[in-house]
Amino acid sequence: MSGWLGEEGWAAVLLSLKVSVWATVLSLPVGIAVAWLLARKEFAGKQIVNGIVHLPLILPPVVTGYLLLLVLGRRAPVGAFLEQTFGLVLAFRWTGAALAAAVMAFPLMVRAIRLAFEAVDPGLEDAAATLGAPRWRVFMTVTLPLILPGILTGAVLAFAKAMGEFGATITFVSAIPGRTQTLPSAIYGFLQVPGAETQALRLVIVSVAVAMGALVVSEVLARRVSKRVAGQ
Amino acid sequence: MTLEVQLRHQFEGFNLDVDFIAPKGVTALFGKSGAGKTSVVQAVAGLLRPDAGRIALGGTCLFDSAAGIDLPVHRRRLGYVFQDARLFPHMSVSGNLRYAARVQGRAVDQKEEARVVEMLGIGGLLARRPAGLSGGERQRVAIGRALLAAPELLLLDEPLAALDEARKAEILPYLERLRDEAGLPILLVSHAVSEVARLATTLVVLKEGRVVQAGPTSDILSDPEAVPALGVRHAGAVIRGRLVARHEDGLAELQTCGGALFLPGVGGEIGDILRVRIRAQDVILSREKPAGLSALNILKGRIVSLRSGEGPGVMVRIACEEEHVLARITRRSAAAMGLAEGDEIYAIVKSVSVAQGDIGG
Repeated sequence: MSGWLGEEGWAAVLLSLKVSVWATVLSLPVGIAVAWLLARKEFAGKQIVNGIVHLPLILPPVVTGYLLLLVLGRRAPVGAFLEQTFGLVLAFRWTGAALAAAVMAFPLMVRAIRLAFEAVDPGLEDAAATLGAPRWRVFMTVTLPLILPGILTGAVLAFAKAMGEFGATITFVSAIPGRTQTLPSAIYGFLQVPGAETQALRLVIVSVAVAMGALVVSEVLARRVSKRVAGQ
Repeated sequence: MTLEVQLRHQFEGFNLDVDFIAPKGVTALFGKSGAGKTSVVQAVAGLLRPDAGRIALGGTCLFDSAAGIDLPVHRRRLGYVFQDARLFPHMSVSGNLRYAARVQGRAVDQKEEARVVEMLGIGGLLARRPAGLSGGERQRVAIGRALLAAPELLLLDEPLAALDEARKAEILPYLERLRDEAGLPILLVSHAVSEVARLATTLVVLKEGRVVQAGPTSDILSDPEAVPALGVRHAGAVIRGRLVARHEDGLAELQTCGGALFLPGVGGEIGDILRVRIRAQDVILSREKPAGLSALNILKGRIVSLRSGEGPGVMVRIACEEEHVLARITRRSAAAMGLAEGDEIYAIVKSVSVAQGDIGG
């Protein structure tokens, strides 16, 4: 496989998978919390939170990447603090690529989960409470199982978006081969080199295959879960 | 165990201000939609936080605005049956029934579960999902789920409203068994007089957020003063009769204080005490014992009050011993017959509906 793709191409595929999995898994709890907040709670500044969550969807990705660099670069306040306290460096590392992908995919994830929250009948949660379930148990035993299809959809969308993220990633972490060069930036890189079109095309095939695979898996899972949730 | 409810709450364009006591047995909250019945039940459950008031069950205070007490819903030990069942769609019937034990962290009481399942006739449904159940089955499972929460108070919010007549007839006997066997205070929300007459021991009539009548069901149903609150069409008293014989033509003979009633389609054993509801508009009055009539059911009594409202009708309350029958006749007939309080009178009953089982009220 690595022969067919070339060492550089293969490394880019593996890195993109790693980055996307981490971006999806780590943003899921935050995504669920924010979706719950937006779907169920009224608070001052709700529209501002909503706006910030959706900002990466509307801003040019380059701008998002640059903003990340301004805040989380090694000499920027938050970035320096993270490095000194936790030894965590984001800029120009694969961790930064994961963060950029997570930020870019976040609005899609939140939107899908929020819709799922809004579709849950609060009456069912009331019923669970009257049967003796404290709030968190209501959430774990009723709300969460019922929004599972939405969570799956959100996660798959986020994963697919993370696999394809380019602008913010290349701005924040550049495209260092073997370290921060993701699948899209490798494709872009090969297209800049005369005679490397074949390699670029092979990566394109891989990225189409991964995207299709993700869609099929999510479709099958979602169908199975909604069936279970709808009580059939 | 007694439930005391006293609360005030301001909604947009509507004030709720009620104060009543629900003793053991079934207490019906009766009134038109929008009278505030469901809000009262929600406040008792803790799903609605009233502006002010006090709600106590036995010695336990559930809510007291003055003392700053507001017990969370999950610690109120309720069984709440909602109008729309609200079964958890992602669990089997059995999962729904065992949900309370699971979240309360106690072992499933197999014996109690078997008893409830048997009483409600849901043994064949345990492995099914709620989506595949009929409305009546769903409501029975919801009742079972509430009972298995080990409640100290049952709240039934129009448990039959979403069902057609056939399904209602299917569930009513279960509710009667519940009342007789469960031994808990039950708060029942209803807007159907027939349901109330059949199930309730105590009646609280709500109108526009206030209690307009409260007391034992039989007293209120036979009180002409309560007629406007109940609705003229629905007015009618409940009297008790002992099943004394079954005749060959299929009619059952009931001995009441005012004489014999002959009714078709009556269940029960000889010797049982049954409750029959007689709608005021189904009663004809006569000064002499009628002869040559097709009607079989004639009760003898004494007029205790005549009440005329705004319409052309007069509500006549007739007493026989401790019990009462209401008759609604026109003002013109009352004048022509010269009816007065204390007169002896015969009530000819055109149709009767039976509430089986003794409520003990």
